[in-house]
Amino acid sequence: MSELMELYQEVILDHGRRPRNFGPLEGATHHARGYNPLCGDNFTMHIALDGDTISDVRFEGEGCAISTASASLLTERLKGAHVDVVEPLFTAVHELVTGGEPSEDVELDKLEIFVGVGNFPMRVKCATLPWHTLRAALKGDEEATTE
Amino acid sequence: MSTAEVPMAFNAEAVRAQFPILSREVHGKPLVYLDNAASTQKPQVVIDALDDYYSRLNANVHRGVHRLSQEATDAYEAGRKSVARLLGVDDDRQVLFTRGTTEALNLVAFSWGLANLGKGDEIVLSGMEHHSNIVPWQLVAQRTGAVIRVIPIGDDGALVPGAAAEIIGPRTKLLAVTHVSNALGTINPVRELADLAHAQGAVVVVDGAQAAPHASIDVAALGADFYALSGHKVYAPTGIGALYGRAELLEAMPPWQGGGEMIRSVSFEKSTYAPIPAKFEAGTPHIAGAVGLGTAIDWLLDLGVDAVAAHEDALLRYATEQLTALPGLRMIGTAPHKAGVASFVVDGAHPHDIGTFLDMAGVAIRTGHHCAQPVMTRFGIPATARASFAAYNTRADVDALIKALARVIEVFSR
Repeated sequence: MSELMELYQEVILDHGRRPRNFGPLEGATHHARGYNPLCGDNFTMHIALDGDTISDVRFEGEGCAISTASASLLTERLKGAHVDVVEPLFTAVHELVTGGEPSEDVELDKLEIFVGVGNFPMRVKCATLPWHTLRAALKGDEEATTE
Repeated sequence: MSTAEVPMAFNAEAVRAQFPILSREVHGKPLVYLDNAASTQKPQVVIDALDDYYSRLNANVHRGVHRLSQEATDAYEAGRKSVARLLGVDDDRQVLFTRGTTEALNLVAFSWGLANLGKGDEIVLSGMEHHSNIVPWQLVAQRTGAVIRVIPIGDDGALVPGAAAEIIGPRTKLLAVTHVSNALGTINPVRELADLAHAQGAVVVVDGAQAAPHASIDVAALGADFYALSGHKVYAPTGIGALYGRAELLEAMPPWQGGGEMIRSVSFEKSTYAPIPAKFEAGTPHIAGAVGLGTAIDWLLDLGVDAVAAHEDALLRYATEQLTALPGLRMIGTAPHKAGVASFVVDGAHPHDIGTFLDMAGVAIRTGHHCAQPVMTRFGIPATARASFAAYNTRADVDALIKALARVIEVFSR
């Protein structure tokens, strides 16, 4: 598979075109807006936290296929998850997209498809922006940037 | 202009051969460089001039009695004469070296602007300005109480006809407008705008960063009181640019930066300043850059700015024709008068994704907001993909762009 098609795998193209969990979230307890001033990617994450459980997570905004797919797959993965899984999962995704070796303790599962980003240093921030935004929302911050 | 009207004398292949970087490969593909509005490549003659400067001439300018200082000064001042020649300026004291267009515009804003603008005075900008011709004026407006007004852009990317005449009025103290839009390619009717501004006694500042490589410039005919340009967009090094300013304005303006070179005498009680242009060139300048800029301009003038412009215009028309034929592609900026820039968006494919696909095909374009966020807002888009042309580009470059774009559309329209 060419580096390009490893980056733009069918699942990424699909989620880029038809993002899941896209739109506002009624009853959200946490929000944050993430913005990459260099490319204009702009997402808002909405999270409904029920105790320590992410009972729902949705997003709005616009960006490239990589960032949109990253946001979409993130919401799919974290819906119903315990908040404690966020940090180790983020660390593993970050390792993956920067060409490192993610910890084997973390089950990346579908998020493995972002492995192709490792060959495109200029696109790392596309994949990580939704994650930074989610983490900012959970911390109670309203803004996240990739700067 | 149709391709048939391009003078036969212009040989893009011969021009191309003078640029060593254009023979390199990117991702195993021949480089197709279409990001010229961001920065142009350098011909061998400019690379040689830098080498020669550091190999034979290097010394500080305007200071030493020794031979090298004299020769370095001569080379530096020859660069100034070349800039003057490019801009149609006779008296080269009116040409100041700066780091680039951004610094040139900041110089006008912080020297002329702070000295001449007051509460309620109006600074008129066009809606297609680069951030470097917006932010300095905002900074100065905040300090002086001046107000910024904006001439709107129409759907084709040209200024709305008649809007300038309504906005430029008795309170207008300054008009700052780009000659050619970096995001849209639009050529603005600078003379017409300048006449409106001058009729109100306002001063006219022109951002020439995108125009300098594509058009014959005569600052007097344009009605520009100030004209700013960047070296790296006219085949010269980065870190060097120039500002033309009308002598009587420059002479009346306070210095912007203080230091060596810009003084006549200094004591702890008072300093007096050197005459222009030295008054605005504090500190040791980018001497090699000025030499490189002069060399690049001489090269461009020898090639013939009009011939280059005609060649680029033919390429732009060819590219526009090919691009608009692609399904789902929409041009952003379709003004009747354009130079060098084809900006576009593609249904279902974000500019950033387009940029990555093209890069893997060896095609370098710019994607993003082009430091012109208000333009993106005006068109309701976050970003565009932009191909931009220089003297060394050929139809084969356009064909490579179109082929790579066809692949993008195939993948993203599935």
